[in-house]
Amino acid sequence: MTVTELVSYEDALASYEPVMGLEVHVELGTATKMFCGCSTALGAEPNSQTCPTCLGMPGSLPVVNATGIESAVRIGLALNCKIAEWCRFARKNYFYPDMPKNFQTSQYDEPIAFDGYLDVEVEGETFRVEIERAHMEEDTGKSTHVGGATGRIHGASHSLLDYNRAGIPLIEIVTKPIVGAGDRAPEVAKAYVAELRELIKALGVSEARMEMGQMRCDVNLSLRPKGQEKFGTRSETKNVNSLRSVERAARYEIMRHAAVLGDGGTIVQETRHFHEDDGSTTSGRVKEEAEDYRYFPEPDLVPVAPSREWVEELRNTLPELPRVQRQRLKAEWGLSDHEMQSVLNAGAIPSIVATIEAGAAADQARKWWMGELARRANEDGVELSALPITPAQVARVAALVSEGSLNDKLARQVIEGVLAGEGDPDTVVEKRGLKVVSDDSALGAAVDEAIAGNQAVADKIRGGKVQAAGALVGAVMKATRGQADAARVRELILERLGGQG
Amino acid sequence: MPGITREEVAHLARLARLELQAEELDHFAEQLDDIIGAVARVSDVADEDVPPTSHPLPLTNVMRADEVRPSLTPQQALSGAPAQEQQRFKVPQILGEE
Ligand SMILES: [Zn+2]
Repeated sequence: MTVTELVSYEDALASYEPVMGLEVHVELGTATKMFCGCSTALGAEPNSQTCPTCLGMPGSLPVVNATGIESAVRIGLALNCKIAEWCRFARKNYFYPDMPKNFQTSQYDEPIAFDGYLDVEVEGETFRVEIERAHMEEDTGKSTHVGGATGRIHGASHSLLDYNRAGIPLIEIVTKPIVGAGDRAPEVAKAYVAELRELIKALGVSEARMEMGQMRCDVNLSLRPKGQEKFGTRSETKNVNSLRSVERAARYEIMRHAAVLGDGGTIVQETRHFHEDDGSTTSGRVKEEAEDYRYFPEPDLVPVAPSREWVEELRNTLPELPRVQRQRLKAEWGLSDHEMQSVLNAGAIPSIVATIEAGAAADQARKWWMGELARRANEDGVELSALPITPAQVARVAALVSEGSLNDKLARQVIEGVLAGEGDPDTVVEKRGLKVVSDDSALGAAVDEAIAGNQAVADKIRGGKVQAAGALVGAVMKATRGQADAARVRELILERLGGQG
Repeated sequence: MPGITREEVAHLARLARLELQAEELDHFAEQLDDIIGAVARVSDVADEDVPPTSHPLPLTNVMRADEVRPSLTPQQALSGAPAQEQQRFKVPQILGEE
């Protein structure tokens, strides 16, 4: 194997223009598989969700999942695609143990959706990514390779197969060649996958969690010398499974291709593996060795012919597109591009929207979800929406703060209590005794104690250094475990020491 | 007429993971040629007005509701497997040494 010295990204882009094609697989969130009634629930025991159909037993017959078709049509419509009036499934034949049937049921030259586009934003500019097609197929089983180094297929003595995943509905979305992105090609790739993920989530057809393999991307990339019409030879980097990796993989391939071409070499059309650790790709030709899939129409399934009336009905169920929604919310909430991007990256939009609907002010809703709750979600390694607190509860905490019965510090403790399962915010306030103390008689004693214990500071204030009062306020807050009304404490200190606030 | 070559049979055999002997390649090339030739006569008969058919029934949109049905137990699923390990189907080495 020859190791190529990479060309710098800037040098690569000075001589060549990148052309990309992105293929994204989305696992649908249906209750059952695409062609049988087996459950798709995660975390089941190995081979406990299989039947004669998804095991490819002789005599078994597939029947299409109606929700799978509906989801495919809705995805197609959201991507501005045309919906086929009539289309068929096809058998993609290959011998590999991840499919017990020895073929994958897919679609070939008759995809259910085709000729669409998705607009994405890169640094405030809109870039249109054209969609070639979106077709229906099924996922494969899960292989475990035994006897080799760290579960790799190379050097394994044998492999073990769990077919619970075999047959789960997949939609494969393929772009037309993406040209004209120039040095922004890697960013466009990332923005496209991110936008597609938001769209899929908004449609409610999948949770599209890349880290769980519910959405996976193949990055096809080629370079052509600037000014040349004809595309160069492409490489296909498979299973790039995070947004950051999509960008890194495209970037790496641009530099690698430029190096090979610059040396007078030729790019081999091959599949490549992406490595998360150093962002590189390496040549891989595992099962894709046989490109000869001998597709033919699936004889066990009848054609799918979505009526125009039904397609229009589904079009009416489409939600507000995420990009349009973001622009609207950005204006309503008065955020900068950067702030909106942070909210989006944190996956906080649905939670904030729901919290506002539950009565909270937009800035308060955003503050809690982007602050304390984002921190907790990050610590626990879960999505914001998976935290055991509801938007209504967050709205209640915000209300308690705005009416003055909680301060931010106490509110954080209330949230902590709700997350710990101690009950709703009012119950936690009650149980933990978390109320802002603004009653003068209760505060007075604490203020006197703080003054007595910090004579030097007290003297400074008496001498006119009013800003020194902060230290005494801090002492009172500490003594009252944060429950004192800080503004009132300050007033009391200044009253006693003769300073003016 | 098709004219299936020995090389094409070897290619198909490789895709189907079949190990064929030299004389079998010749034998199957001849047989496949005959079979495909016979089937090809359908195309001669079918005129422009006969659409290609992939299914004998004039049906479309046969679907089922997205409702879970009982699966096999893992024991039932694995009962016909020649080998198993950790409640999974055990298959021989996938890649040869390279
Ligand atoms: Zn099944």
